[in-house]
Amino acid sequence: MASRSSILLFCFYFFFFFLISHCFIVPIYAESNEEQGEEEEFSEELLLKPLPDRKVLAHFHFDSRTPPTNTYGRHHRLFPKAIYQLVKKFHIREMELSFTQGRWNYERWGGFDPISSSNAKPPGVELWAVFDVPFDQVDATWKNLTHALSGLFCASINFLESSTAYSAPSWGFRSHSSSLRYGALPTEAVCTENLTPWLKLLPCRDKAGLAAIMDRPSIYKGYYHSQRLRLASTESSSDEGKGTGIVLEQTLTVVFQPSVQRASSAYSGDRLLQPSWSIGSLFRRKVTGCCVLAKSSRVFLELERDLIAEIDKFEMENGIFGVDGMVSEGSWNNTSFELSVLPDKLIRDANGLHDRSSSVLYEFSVEKYSDSVPLNVGITWKLPVFWLCHQAPFHASRFLMGSGNERGSIAISLKSTQSHEGFLGHEVASSLTNSNGCSVRSIVFQVVPWYVKVYYHTLQIFIDGQPHAVTDVIEKIHVSPSEDKMSPGMLEVVLTFPCTMQSATLTIDFDKGFLHIDEYPPDANRGFDIPSALISFPDFEASGNFLKDNPSKSRLLFKLQEKRLVQSYTEVLLVPLTTPDFSMPYNVITFTCTVLALYFGSLLNILRRRVGEEERFLKSQAAMKLGLIPQLLAKFSAKLRLKQQGPPQPMQQSSTFGPKLLFKVILVAAVAVGWHLYFK
Amino acid sequence: MANNRGFWASVFLALLLRLVLIFFSKKLNLGSRPEIATPLTSLRRLAEGYWLKQSSMSPYAGSMYHGSPLLLSILGPLTVQSVEVQTNHIKCSLMFVIADFITAMLIRATGQKLQLAYSQSLRSLDLLKLLETSKIVTAGDVAALVYLWNPLTIVTCVGSATSPIENLMVVLSLYGACSRIAPLAAFGWVVATHLSLYPAILIVPVILLLGYGSDSPPKKLFCLRNSSTSGSDPSNYSHDQSSGVTSQPGLPIHSFTWKPVVHFILWASIWSFYVLILCSISLNQYGGLYEMFQKTHGFILTVEDLSPNIGVLWYFFAEVFDFFRIFFLIVFHVNILFMLLPLAIRLNHRPFFLAFVYVAISSMLKSYPSVGDTALYLGLLGLFVNELADMHFSFFLFCGYVGVGLLSPVMHNLWIWRGTGNANFYFATAIAYALLQIILVVESVGAMLNHDRMLRKHLST
Repeated sequence: MASRSSILLFCFYFFFFFLISHCFIVPIYAESNEEQGEEEEFSEELLLKPLPDRKVLAHFHFDSRTPPTNTYGRHHRLFPKAIYQLVKKFHIREMELSFTQGRWNYERWGGFDPISSSNAKPPGVELWAVFDVPFDQVDATWKNLTHALSGLFCASINFLESSTAYSAPSWGFRSHSSSLRYGALPTEAVCTENLTPWLKLLPCRDKAGLAAIMDRPSIYKGYYHSQRLRLASTESSSDEGKGTGIVLEQTLTVVFQPSVQRASSAYSGDRLLQPSWSIGSLFRRKVTGCCVLAKSSRVFLELERDLIAEIDKFEMENGIFGVDGMVSEGSWNNTSFELSVLPDKLIRDANGLHDRSSSVLYEFSVEKYSDSVPLNVGITWKLPVFWLCHQAPFHASRFLMGSGNERGSIAISLKSTQSHEGFLGHEVASSLTNSNGCSVRSIVFQVVPWYVKVYYHTLQIFIDGQPHAVTDVIEKIHVSPSEDKMSPGMLEVVLTFPCTMQSATLTIDFDKGFLHIDEYPPDANRGFDIPSALISFPDFEASGNFLKDNPSKSRLLFKLQEKRLVQSYTEVLLVPLTTPDFSMPYNVITFTCTVLALYFGSLLNILRRRVGEEERFLKSQAAMKLGLIPQLLAKFSAKLRLKQQGPPQPMQQSSTFGPKLLFKVILVAAVAVGWHLYFK
Repeated sequence: MANNRGFWASVFLALLLRLVLIFFSKKLNLGSRPEIATPLTSLRRLAEGYWLKQSSMSPYAGSMYHGSPLLLSILGPLTVQSVEVQTNHIKCSLMFVIADFITAMLIRATGQKLQLAYSQSLRSLDLLKLLETSKIVTAGDVAALVYLWNPLTIVTCVGSATSPIENLMVVLSLYGACSRIAPLAAFGWVVATHLSLYPAILIVPVILLLGYGSDSPPKKLFCLRNSSTSGSDPSNYSHDQSSGVTSQPGLPIHSFTWKPVVHFILWASIWSFYVLILCSISLNQYGGLYEMFQKTHGFILTVEDLSPNIGVLWYFFAEVFDFFRIFFLIVFHVNILFMLLPLAIRLNHRPFFLAFVYVAISSMLKSYPSVGDTALYLGLLGLFVNELADMHFSFFLFCGYVGVGLLSPVMHNLWIWRGTGNANFYFATAIAYALLQIILVVESVGAMLNHDRMLRKHLST
């Protein structure tokens, strides 16, 4: 008996072990068999870049992806489960959520590079999503998604649930998609409570790896920070056996002003030097090793093309060539600047125009560094360099015109930055130049809340200050006008401008709406925000070309490589709206009702009033009509009430009303009894 | 004859003044005044609706346009502006000047008819001494001039709101009813109702006008007259009333004639069918008639737009708790309907005056009142210049109208443009205005009833 049970137990144990070992070993096999695309991956990268106006851009890029397999069932090693469930539940094909504070300065920080066109976001929260659900369920799914995200990121994204807050752009925002929803909350304040849940999605959180250097005070001290989360599911819905492959891309873009502390340079014009900085001075922390779960962990330092050109020019004058520099004492030395850490690799942009220099990326691998030897990438300038960033063909800005709280107009102004002339000489020109000469297209996508009642027929276009016929300039327009308390207004328009144009202005008039007292926010007199308009230039694509030198398959470089439309967001507008007196509801109700009562009462009074003569006549008529029996009754009652000895006139009156009164009393009593019986 | 020439001269001057003001209308910018252009009558919104329709969208898409699709087809093409020259709806304004002129002429014709009926009935009552002793002015001319020279009419016309056309339709209906042309009356009534819903209540006076003929002293005066001529004692005339209504020859005792009323109903159904067909044709590709009713009449009934106007409802519904909104909507609209029956009973011998009272009440209690409505009833008031000669408070009312007309823009400016005032200031003028209108209605009804009493007194003495 005992032996049998022990055998059973042994069998069980063996089976259990087999199961466990199978579970563990099989994935390893699988891993080794199919190297790519069948494994969850996580990579972390950081891009640092000096900006022309003495600021520094830091761009964190975390990329997690799960392959479209059921290898782990519903379990994930690296990929955040919350996101996986989100995608599963709401059938998200693509989604992007960004929290931004501050405004990206397109003039100084660039408007033509991949970073600015994909990572510069409007202030506040912006969310868009493409769903993989039937058309009629898109809105419901969107509403649920906003609530889920709101819980996930501790933000009031659920305000986007209301149909007045989101819109369904048809082609102005992204390429044609019927199941795209777009919403923005410009007033949303972004702070650490949004960053913490965002960091929680990383496998190492902010305990190790690049995320560990995110020192909250230094990040929020920056001029601009934008934390972004982008999801793309790569599933093929026909393939039922496979699950959903999801790519989760988390980026944090920060613009710092490095403090100028080190004045070590002997150069006379010391103040003209760009500020020198390092990771340690920017974040007050150093990179102390990678997240062990990350497949790759790298830091890049990018020097822009125009900066390199400037340096090259300078060095050409001095007879030295190249930015390659020389290695000295563990640092990268050059005539114009010095890198504090020796880069592992130098990557050149293959996209650069032949006659100009191309931008340069210095790559630093974090794997080599540890607590004892932290990575502290920094740059020390030796020579003063000035350069201009690469700008979008037009600088877009938006402003309000008019005064008072009744109406106004929105103006979107596009100023030529002259930079597109160069591009037109190359690949773009061929597609653009037609019989009339070349032209530049731009798409304006603008959502306005319903209380800004836009008159679309007042759309006017001024080119170089001269009014132009709207039909000449507008190639395509799509308007979905706002419904009061139902949906926001949306304007999507493709404009075609001549290349020689210096400035263009679009104006459109609006009336300010008047809201119900409950619809005002607590700070009603602050005004209401109109979300940023998005101006994109479909003829221009921003992309780097680092792929040639990208054997390491850096996700960030892939991302920079992607062809993206050049686009820029305009300012958020603050529209003051008239407020009623919030303390007045009762007064208004009582006043208005009094007026109505006055009308009703006095008119009715006039209608039923009779002058004395008519009164007497009616009375005599009534007396005559009474007939014999009532008269007898009246006499009888008069006799009965003889004791009262009143004047005859009122007595008669009372007597005439006697039977009526009696009848009324009886009627009321009968009704009361009936009522009582009925409800018993 | 000289009098007539003077009349035409002043009509011409009034039209000329309008044309001159239209020339400066861009400077005056009256079209965006809340007193003149309501969401229903604003020409700017009409232009927006037309633009939406031109870009193959429903004109009711978005909450901009709330007018009739027919108006869109007629006025829409006139609102299109060229790029260089900002014509600023001059063509539309010319249309409105013409509409104003026709309205004034119709009022004049109506006035002449009313006056004829009035003197006829006085004559039949042997009260010719009344005609001779008191100075009788030609009410039609007075009313037409009051309508044309009323500053409120002028600003409405120059400000290019569509209310002149609504007014024209109302007056057309009343004129048709007065001259017993059932198709015309039906057309005016149907179109006016289609345009702004409230003229629907005019069906009562129109039917009375068609049935009984135009205004006359109360029937019992005729009975009294009959009984006195037949020699019996006035004190027991009631006896005669029951028996002798039809018997007495020679005296026009108006009995209700059904034939024009049936005609009217027939024509009204034909016209409304026709209007609906036209609307459904013009809204064919879009939402159809249901959307039209929802966006025009539904918009009127559920006071959705809370922008300030000269009425009191906008502030009320901006402030009232949402929970009670529907209740008060019902209360306010029923308030118009409540008074219909009492007024109809008391004034059934004066259907045209009844129509005036209805117009005044609806323009006072309507959801989006404008000065254009006021202009209409003030013009109609001129028709009763003889009957209402001894109205109380007329000077006070005049001063009140002038005062409110001056104060209301000031308060609006203080609140909206300068930000120094407060919504309550503007609302106070709106309340004052409502009170003035109430006093006007009540006093005019009272004066009319007193006039009838006076006639009776004359008859009995």
